[in-house]
Amino acid sequence: MTRGDWPYWLREHRGTLLALAAFLLMFAIYGTNHPAGLNANVANTAANKGVLLAIVAMAQTLVVLTSGIDLSVGMVMVLANCLASTIVVGSPLQVVLGVLGVLATGALCGAINALIVIHGRLQPIVTTIATGAVYYGVALALRRVPGGDIDSTLGDALTGKVAGWIPASLVLLLVLVLVIWLPFRRSETGRAVYAIGSAEMAAYMSGVPIRRAKFAAYTLSGLLAAIAGLFVTCITSSGEASAANGNTYTLYSIAAVVLGGVSLFGGSGSAIGAIFGALMFRTIGDLLFVFNLEPLWQPLFQGLVLAAAVCLGALRLLRVRNRLDLYG
Amino acid sequence: MRHRADPAIVSAFGCIAALLLVGSLYSSSFLSPEYLLQQLKVASFLGVIATGAMVVILLGQIDLSVPWVVAVGGMMSTAIAGFGPVGQALAIPAGVACGVALGLVNGAGVAYLRLPSMVVTLAVNAVAQGLMVVHTGGFSPQDASSPAMRFIATGHSVFGIPNALLVWAVIGAAAVFLLTRTTFGRVVYAIGNRERAAYLSGARTRLVVLVSFALAGGLSAFGGVLLAGYASKAAQAMGDPYLLPAIAAVVLGGTSILGGRGNYLGTVAGVILITLLQSILSVMQIEEWARHMIYGTVIVTMLLVYGRGRRPSE
Repeated sequence: MTRGDWPYWLREHRGTLLALAAFLLMFAIYGTNHPAGLNANVANTAANKGVLLAIVAMAQTLVVLTSGIDLSVGMVMVLANCLASTIVVGSPLQVVLGVLGVLATGALCGAINALIVIHGRLQPIVTTIATGAVYYGVALALRRVPGGDIDSTLGDALTGKVAGWIPASLVLLLVLVLVIWLPFRRSETGRAVYAIGSAEMAAYMSGVPIRRAKFAAYTLSGLLAAIAGLFVTCITSSGEASAANGNTYTLYSIAAVVLGGVSLFGGSGSAIGAIFGALMFRTIGDLLFVFNLEPLWQPLFQGLVLAAAVCLGALRLLRVRNRLDLYG
Repeated sequence: MRHRADPAIVSAFGCIAALLLVGSLYSSSFLSPEYLLQQLKVASFLGVIATGAMVVILLGQIDLSVPWVVAVGGMMSTAIAGFGPVGQALAIPAGVACGVALGLVNGAGVAYLRLPSMVVTLAVNAVAQGLMVVHTGGFSPQDASSPAMRFIATGHSVFGIPNALLVWAVIGAAAVFLLTRTTFGRVVYAIGNRERAAYLSGARTRLVVLVSFALAGGLSAFGGVLLAGYASKAAQAMGDPYLLPAIAAVVLGGTSILGGRGNYLGTVAGVILITLLQSILSVMQIEEWARHMIYGTVIVTMLLVYGRGRRPSE
């Protein structure tokens, strides 16, 4: 990167850097005020919760970048959770096949969304509302009552600590970024996703492979949601077809995406920003616990923080020169 | 244009007829007036909520705050009803007013701060949830509905027609008048088609957006008041099952999710269709998991038949 590129780089990553700074600040407050101090166990518990939301937020980011929205992401997670609690048990070979099966199911769910959006030409928001209901039905068919189990070696490995103090979940998140997000971002398909989100018509006219890029974005989103579902199973060691859980994670993933500086209009932001957005959102909830606020106030506080973060988006009004630019 | 039947509305009514036919093969009581009136009564609650959702969707926006605005409407009206005769009299307007207030916040965020409606309404939904949690936990308010609320939700008037249905009819007629016979309604359609053009034509677009969201908030809350009257009490999660059906009913009725195109008759058809589908699936004692799958599949299939967008090349 030459010296002249810095302003552009900063501008492109402004959202991500702001999210990172806000998260570090909040986590520092959290760590220094925690009654037990910031030991490895506290950090591990916080990391497990944060990483779970971060993976769902990554899944949401991929679709949001195409200027779509995936309201089925939480239901895919719940479906993967129910499936994993059924098939990721037994001999090591069965466990490996089970994990592959869970991931393939998630990717299939994403691919179904993609096919309906691309070839059925339905709006992503209505499509994913409806497919979310279908995925929830499948989850419920697998687990009418909560239960099941997951291979304890896998569960402990993913939710425990590496080298005595590093939370394994953070390593998992890093691997996902390195193996899925960065290669995707740098590929031709990844660039096409950004182009579609910025201006679909212009991208189409320039010969950008629109269908392939959208298909890849939705499918990878489903895959990531399934990884999140697998991770839920590792944390809880059981499967539960809870519609409330699915809806909560869908909503939180959108909140994390917004906090992470990803534009809901598409075409700008990054999954790394969304990860910090998710970690920040989780830390906000934990801060209340640290400062002994009544749990009763927690939903209101989280809602107000979300509202404040959303209102930050209005700052762009100050940069508008022509009033007509306000009206799309 | 005006006199050509909209294919979406025709197919929605066709599906209603088909559903009734399938139901009547299962049991003859599906065609009895009692069953049909009961279904229309249940549909009224969704109908009132979907009316608000439709106005917002016509603008090209979306209101995801429906679940907790419904709950606020129900819970605040029952809470106010606990304050003696004055409270009883004020219960319904107070519940609706709370919904209007939340709708105004939505509208201000979308119209004046130019934020995407999806996140603004999501944030308002979260704040409303937080407020209700504090309200219930901190003040333990009354949750039983007033006699007036029960009367409009469960009572019967002339010829045994349920009051809830009459309420929906009045609100529906008002919505049709507002959308087709007033400047406000024309501007709503204009904004949905192209907000920039509406603004340049001199329409007060921001005010119309603000009022539309306030209207939607008020109608959602009123739906909550009716539901509280129907169930005799208000509860926190009472609005959760209404977000998806409300949007689905509007969209199945042929209103474009991108805004600017749609007809209230279609929304009526969509509401009845969704209500009948849910009722028939539960009467046939289909298991819950299958109900969800059929429900989702039917919505996607119907939209694939007539709700498709344009190719990028068009």
